[in-house]
Amino acid sequence: MKILVCISHVPDTTSKINFTHDDSQFDSNGVQFVINPNDEFGLTRAIWFQEQQAATVTVVNVGGPDTEPTLRKALAIGANDAIRVNANPTDSFFVAKQLAEVIKNGGYDLVIAGKESLDYNGGMVPGMVAAILGYNFINSCTELTIEATNAKAIREIDGGREKVSTSLPLIIGGQKGLVEEKDLRIPNMRGIMTARAKTLTVVEPVEASVHTKAVKFEKPAPKSAVKLVAADNIDELINLLHNEAKVI
Amino acid sequence: MSIVIYAESAEGKFKKIAFELASYAKKVAESLGTTVTAVSINTQDVSELSKYGVDKVLKVTNDKLVGFSAKAYADVIQQAARKENASVVVLSSTTDSIYLAPLVAVALEAGFASNVVGLPESYLPFQVRRTAFSNKAFNSTEISSDIKIIGLAKNSYGIFENTSNMATEDFNPTVSENDFGIKVESVEKGSGKVSIADADIVVSGGRGLKGPENWGMIEELAEVLGAATACSKPVSDLDWRPHSEHVGQTGKPVASNLYIAVGISGAIQHIAGINSSKVKVVINSDPEAPFFKVADYGIVGDAFEVVPHLIEKLKAFKAQN
Ligand SMILES: Cc1cc2nc3c(=O)[nH]c(=O)nc-3n(C[C@H](O)[C@H](O)[C@H](O)COP(=O)(O)OP(=O)(O)OC[C@H]3O[C@@H](n4cnc5c(N)ncnc54)[C@H](O)[C@@H]3O)c2cc1C
Repeated sequence: MKILVCISHVPDTTSKINFTHDDSQFDSNGVQFVINPNDEFGLTRAIWFQEQQAATVTVVNVGGPDTEPTLRKALAIGANDAIRVNANPTDSFFVAKQLAEVIKNGGYDLVIAGKESLDYNGGMVPGMVAAILGYNFINSCTELTIEATNAKAIREIDGGREKVSTSLPLIIGGQKGLVEEKDLRIPNMRGIMTARAKTLTVVEPVEASVHTKAVKFEKPAPKSAVKLVAADNIDELINLLHNEAKVI
Repeated sequence: MSIVIYAESAEGKFKKIAFELASYAKKVAESLGTTVTAVSINTQDVSELSKYGVDKVLKVTNDKLVGFSAKAYADVIQQAARKENASVVVLSSTTDSIYLAPLVAVALEAGFASNVVGLPESYLPFQVRRTAFSNKAFNSTEISSDIKIIGLAKNSYGIFENTSNMATEDFNPTVSENDFGIKVESVEKGSGKVSIADADIVVSGGRGLKGPENWGMIEELAEVLGAATACSKPVSDLDWRPHSEHVGQTGKPVASNLYIAVGISGAIQHIAGINSSKVKVVINSDPEAPFFKVADYGIVGDAFEVVPHLIEKLKAFKAQN
């Protein structure tokens, strides 16, 4: 089985978010970048398939040379090789087109992406790739097993979960649950050393239309201070929630 | 030209979000001088939509579509959008809609903006405001394709009555075998109580509650308020509560009107998931807990004393109101 794991390179979850150039661009100054947490669960699940079912695991990112350390980290965790599509990931349609091209050329049976990336939170790329290629697609996937060309999965639904089955080729939008958090892999010294010798192929993007553009960023307005209520004055809290906030 | 919305339903009845979508689409339609068409799939009584400004319903009745299938539903919405010559398609941010939206976008070759939090900021060019960086910022996105798709964040616009003279039309889109590549084997719903996604009020507990045996008071508080229960990440990691209740950046987002956090510190990753809740109340014994910086109302106190009092007082309040 050939697996492709889509890796998004995102600011670490604790990063302070700032903008430059008239608030038109994200300011990456001093920001630590990591593998998108949803993708990290997918990558570890892919490594499990590699170890248990002799799958090969390729990781891919659409991005500039600055994302290579993130791909190297994925290699250090155990991916066999990496591909970087050398383009600025401007719009989810554009990214999906690039990934679809990589998938077509590589003949992958299973494509694992995160259900959303923690920077733009679009949640669009995996579904778009599936639609472009006509692949089966499971979103918000929290469990996945594969036998021959059959897949069984669990996906989250509002207020519960759903067991589904399908066949390869398949693309999933994955998340926490694909593996236990305690089983997430972190690169060890040996992994880091071997990662240096693994192939990281850079490919040029294909022509693709762009339909959306982020034109301006803004931070939420500063909040007014919290209204504290004394612990022995619950009536006041109820009064505030009823008459001021009008939520009860 | 028209604005097309997908009016989601569950068990044959519209979800509340369908009315929010209708209210929103009506306003957009007014600005663009056009009408609102809703797509309903296997909803028995569609008349309720006329209260919220829908001009026409395309009523789909099809046994194959009784269970949700992202691809098939996307196919229906896409055909409806083409038939109505839609300029804007409005979808919601439920798990189902998030699943099918990108499929609709590709089929219509349309730019799609998810997590939209308000009416378009401008129509020429077409710009909408969305959340980004896990609610730590807003982002104005320009959509340049002919058809524009908007994924409206829950509770971001509100529901407004606006009675219309609604026409109902039976609609028979083609669905193919191809649409059913994913087979649903079984569905497990939570305990039958309110789900986090649908809830107007969410009561959430953190590690400050010390153990699963103390969740009775959280559940009781939720019950008095008709609220859903939720928790912080360590609580679900410790298996005190099911993973489906974990909210935050790596868990579920919450966009309720009221979020009550009990014994939760307010770590940045937790706050990221609840930022779009309107009113936040925090109960924490530590006056320095970061949650107080983002909360609207707070009580510094021991949850084990405050919550039982709150339940008692709320019961009395509910009895009178
Ligand atoms: C990549 C990443 C992603 C993450 N994603 C999430 C996420 O999605 N959601 C999430 O929640 N966390 C997430 N976290 C974890 C987050 O950083 C915090 O560890 C977590 O939110 C803390 O949970 P807590 O507030 O329940 O527990 P604690 O930090 O242990 O805080 C407990 C609080 O309870 C208070 N308390 C104690 N006793 C009482 C009492 N008797 N009465 C009242 N108050 C009391 C304490 O003062 C304290 O403030 C993530 C972390 C990382 C690194």
